[in-house]
Amino acid sequence: MGYGTQLGGTMAQQLDTTFSALADPTRRAILARLVQGEASVQELAEPFAMSQPAISKHLRVLERAGLISRGRDAQRRPCRLEAQPLAEANEWLERYRECWEQNFQRLDALLEELKAQDGRGKAVKTRQKRRTHARR
Amino acid sequence: MLTKETGKLKIGESGDRSLVMTREFNAPRKLLFDAWTKPELVKRWLAGPDGWTMTVCEIDLQVGGSYRYEWTHEKGNRMGMGGVYREIVPNELLTATEKFDESWYPGGAIVTTAFREGGGVTTVETTVTYDSKEARDGVLRSPMESGVALGYDRLEKLLAENFA
Repeated sequence: MGYGTQLGGTMAQQLDTTFSALADPTRRAILARLVQGEASVQELAEPFAMSQPAISKHLRVLERAGLISRGRDAQRRPCRLEAQPLAEANEWLERYRECWEQNFQRLDALLEELKAQDGRGKAVKTRQKRRTHARR
Repeated sequence: MLTKETGKLKIGESGDRSLVMTREFNAPRKLLFDAWTKPELVKRWLAGPDGWTMTVCEIDLQVGGSYRYEWTHEKGNRMGMGGVYREIVPNELLTATEKFDESWYPGGAIVTTAFREGGGVTTVETTVTYDSKEARDGVLRSPMESGVALGYDRLEKLLAENFA
């Protein structure tokens, strides 16, 4: 179900990029590290037992998705987390959930109404049955 | 299975390509099945968030029969989706294909809705199986795992616990 989560083309493309960037465990771990503060490629490469070029490849994906930015310092070029795309991805998911919660709350109310109708219907049938029996 | 609970609604993943949504309702399953398959009832609850109205609800409830849903926002936006029924067990199970007019995930999906009753409570379990793992992950898994679904304010704590 997608209503309430429908987005303009640019926004939808941005979310696609964000979600596909997040789909990789190494990239998620890099983001997790950056939550604690900015870090250089070397610092990021250490805990992953990966080469710097391999880490740089992941960083480029994250940078394209707007999830991180790189500092201008030519030597270090520190990476830092960018909050906006994550916040947007989160908002999208929350809307998806809220959307269904609203639907289901309406359904709860509708079910109460249907149960009441059902109850009245059965009561009428029982009364009719009794009357039929009485006539016999 | 990874799940997140808000109120009574649970959303989680299953296997590679599916997500599962579970909700309990205080009513017999016959009523739930009706609420899912009778257009005049579907329209009353499947409206979406505030501002949206379900304007089209056509259901041809037979295997191979199709359904079509459309919504209109008070500002004029519209969206639609539809599919074909693949399996119908009255009061128990519905399986249908699902495709949005303007889909936000690649390909389509197959949706199975199971109605299980016990002690006057019906558990409705909806399984959405996407055409690809990528589509499913895009909808649910990756942001759930990274903690994005929990809110950015809680992301730091969660990530610190899981990856530190």
